[in-house]
Amino acid sequence: MSAPTEPTPHGPEPTGSEPEVVLSPRALARRRHREALGRFAREYARNRAGLFGLTSLLTIGLLALTAPLFIDQAHLTVTGAPGDGYQAPSVEYPLGTDNFGRSILDLIIWGSRVSLAVGLLATFVSVALGTLAGITAGHFGSSGGRGGRILSSVIMRVTDWFLVLPTLVMAVALAAVLPRGTGTIVLAIGLTVWPPTARLVRAQTLAVEARPYVERARALGGGHAHVMGRHVLPNVMPVVLAQTTLLVATSIIAESTLAFLGMGDPTTISWGGVLQAARTSGAISAGIWWYIVPPGLAIAIVALSFTLCGRAVESVINPRLRGPR
Amino acid sequence: MSTDTAPGRPGAGPRARAVPILSAESVEVAFTAGFAPGGGRGTARAVDGVHLDVAPGEIVALVGESGCGKTTLARTLLGLERPTRGRILFEGAPLRYRSRDLRSYRHRVQFVQQDPMGSLNPRRTVYESVVEGLRIHEGTAVDELERVERALSRAGLRPPERFLSRYPHELSGGQRQRVVIAGALVLDPEVLVADEPVASLDASVRGEILRLLLRLRDGLGLSALVATHDLGLAWNIADRVAVMYLGRVVELGTVEEVLSAPAHPYTRALLSVLPDSGLGEGPVLLSGEPPDPKQVPSGCRFHPRCPVLASGEAERAGVADRCVGVDPAILGGGAGHRVACHWAAADESGRVDEEAASNR
Amino acid sequence: MSGLLDVRDLYVTYAGGTGEVPAVRGVDLSLNPGDTLGLAGESGSGKSTVALALLRLLPATARVTGRILLEGEDVLQMRWGRLRAVRWAGASVVFQGAMHSLNPVRRIGEQVAEPLLLHRVVRPNQVQARVAELLEQVGLPASRSRDHPHRLSGGQRQRVMIAMALACEPRLIIADEATTALDVMIQAQILALLERLVKENGIGMLMISHDLSVLADACDRVAIMYAGRLVEEGPAREVVHRPAHPYASALSAAFPKIGDPASRLAPRGLPGDPPDPADPPPGCAFRPRCAVAEPVCATVDPPLWPLHPNPDGHSDRYAACVHVGPEEAGASKETSPEETSR
Repeated sequence: MSAPTEPTPHGPEPTGSEPEVVLSPRALARRRHREALGRFAREYARNRAGLFGLTSLLTIGLLALTAPLFIDQAHLTVTGAPGDGYQAPSVEYPLGTDNFGRSILDLIIWGSRVSLAVGLLATFVSVALGTLAGITAGHFGSSGGRGGRILSSVIMRVTDWFLVLPTLVMAVALAAVLPRGTGTIVLAIGLTVWPPTARLVRAQTLAVEARPYVERARALGGGHAHVMGRHVLPNVMPVVLAQTTLLVATSIIAESTLAFLGMGDPTTISWGGVLQAARTSGAISAGIWWYIVPPGLAIAIVALSFTLCGRAVESVINPRLRGPR
Repeated sequence: MSTDTAPGRPGAGPRARAVPILSAESVEVAFTAGFAPGGGRGTARAVDGVHLDVAPGEIVALVGESGCGKTTLARTLLGLERPTRGRILFEGAPLRYRSRDLRSYRHRVQFVQQDPMGSLNPRRTVYESVVEGLRIHEGTAVDELERVERALSRAGLRPPERFLSRYPHELSGGQRQRVVIAGALVLDPEVLVADEPVASLDASVRGEILRLLLRLRDGLGLSALVATHDLGLAWNIADRVAVMYLGRVVELGTVEEVLSAPAHPYTRALLSVLPDSGLGEGPVLLSGEPPDPKQVPSGCRFHPRCPVLASGEAERAGVADRCVGVDPAILGGGAGHRVACHWAAADESGRVDEEAASNR
Repeated sequence: MSGLLDVRDLYVTYAGGTGEVPAVRGVDLSLNPGDTLGLAGESGSGKSTVALALLRLLPATARVTGRILLEGEDVLQMRWGRLRAVRWAGASVVFQGAMHSLNPVRRIGEQVAEPLLLHRVVRPNQVQARVAELLEQVGLPASRSRDHPHRLSGGQRQRVMIAMALACEPRLIIADEATTALDVMIQAQILALLERLVKENGIGMLMISHDLSVLADACDRVAIMYAGRLVEEGPAREVVHRPAHPYASALSAAFPKIGDPASRLAPRGLPGDPPDPADPPPGCAFRPRCAVAEPVCATVDPPLWPLHPNPDGHSDRYAACVHVGPEEAGASKETSPEETSR
């Protein structure tokens, strides 16, 4: 059965040993939730790879947020480029310059803003979509009567249809049809990467639905919304959380790919866009490695960090995944 | 063929005449293929025509082996399963399955499940679990905390404040089952439907939970239907008992009638294998397992395993042909001792002698 | 007297997260061939720990001390090779939950044959015949050996488990809640089967259950455990019908006798919960739930004391309660013959 829905198994705490201060039940519940969060943090801190991922993400996130403070936006335009074209890395330009003379380091830091934003937003869209589809299909499939089973089958067939479509081709098609812009990229990615989340959430939902406490909630008179919102969603959330962190990496890579293929918004700077610019300007054949390697490395590092975080979260909520150390 | 062997017992009289608060009327629940793991195709009739009444303030035990349909019947009475035929009556009015009707029904009829660990959401505190029913039916009430605490202390968790912020895994099995019962009591229900309420509890705790159910009946006038495999439980708390076999009630009556003077060969066999059974005879071991509800035997559904038929006693009573060929009529659900057995009907006089002997 | 099984002074301590948790605190048991000994108690009383300790099946975090003599040989001193041989050929266990103990993708016959081949009890060409014989012995047709476990009902699977336990002709069978999950009718069939096998083959059986009424019927003697210690021991029927220890009487009353007016509409149980093994109350562990507790019970943990001893001091019944010992049970504690070293 699915261990991930259980709270961190610390065994029964000795009952009655804690001092009982008279507090309102809600305050008590909040305190208990805080304690559970603390346990989660302590478990997470024990995962070294997860800590590394988290640190690197925090650093990158901080740089992206504070970029306007130390990068002059005028220097990022083609016309306002501070240096000459294709300068090799130097003290002034640690990663060299591009064909227009812009600092590659600045481009990379500035590009992280779009790449991260698009990655996170697209993930949000796809996780929301996948969770909604998964819970609806799972819930109505197991306890919705005949109509519910039909609805569930329809949702899952649509999911399967999206699942077998090549994600990239689909996203390219969407990006080509919709007006150009960052929003389009978010939508194109969000609409294509949700099916695995839906399947995962549905499986988890079915496991939760089989629990007697869901039956109890129904026998108490709870409707579909009650069961889905109060029992299924909280028990599915840990899995969704882990899936989210893993999906961000996918989304960032998808964004870069689209931008690299020229589907991105040409007016914004993103990692994929920088790569594409490097390709079209002939940096690859000219051997201008400092134009190509840094954006690629940036994508790899962020994707890796998110994956490490996702795996760490997964191993905390599902101790069985923790291999022998 | 049904027989009323003890019509109009004075004790059962007044109670029986009241309108039953909850009853099943020729209820049939069938599952189509894929229901049983490893099972073949076909329709499994888990409940196959059952009449059963629960009078106000009465505790009825529904007894049978696993797979006899008692859990399905309990779930059907709660509206969790829809009967394929027949209907459920609550206070004489048929239960309707629109979600509004079900909601108001579930305000008044509550469910206590078998496994108290599983029936509480592990992520929610005792308070959150108990208040759930209130929130569903009445939203956030002002006196919520008060009512939760009252329900907890009624269920024997005292002082209630000590338990409010606990999680299920911090409670003992008995305490968990009390939390489940408190979650049912918080809505002031009129009927409890319990499915094996003590089967997963320790022996010493079992008695305490049963005593709680009895106290709720005596103090709050709660009616209850308890599905169980445990005949001792029926003896401990029930007023009437219905014995189920393969989707049918085969014997029905007061606990004293059915358990002290069983008439159906199946009931007799069940009682005879209990340690220290009060019946004078040795254990009657039925061969084999309960048959498949997808292939109900023709005639009396018990006849392939019936010791009375096997020993030739049914032949002597002249009913053997009917046992094999005629399905005994479905029993009425109200008061009175009823048996779905051709042999018991034919062998009335002989059986009464035995009854006297076994009563000692 | 050296019987089949002789357990002296068994202590089992688990290393828990918060310290040492004593699960079994000084248990003595003995069993002769052809006899059945019942061990009753609630969850957490340590009865299953005793069963696992007998064959050293406990996890590595458990510390076991004392002496477990199986046909005169101390299980706790055995080397691994010897222990492995003893685990099937000397003694075998039938656990609860046969559904999960059988491999779902292998045929019944293969699984029954496994211990035979593993321990080289019979020659490979005779395995088939032996499997058929074993299945017949537990009341299953030999043709069943070609079936997969899911084709069998719960009772039949439990029969297969028993056949596997019998495969190497053990001297001792430990049945740990072997009939608990089964219906009354199937339970009665399995109990009758076990009883027949014990008598026919002259093996000893240790039957562990929470259900005292089952033990009363199936066993010769019964021992009752509470919080890791034996609180009463004696001939099964006497212990169940005339219990001396208040816990034994509560446990006995928890299973009503149908037809007994005293229990009609009067279920009996015990208030409270079993003690936390990590933090047992001082004195008698049962005191907080005991209806007849005396002040002295808070300080004295009474040893097993012979009940109605005959003139030379022997008795076949023991109970650990200040109410059954001599007046000065508390004072004479140190000199008691049954006292286990504490």
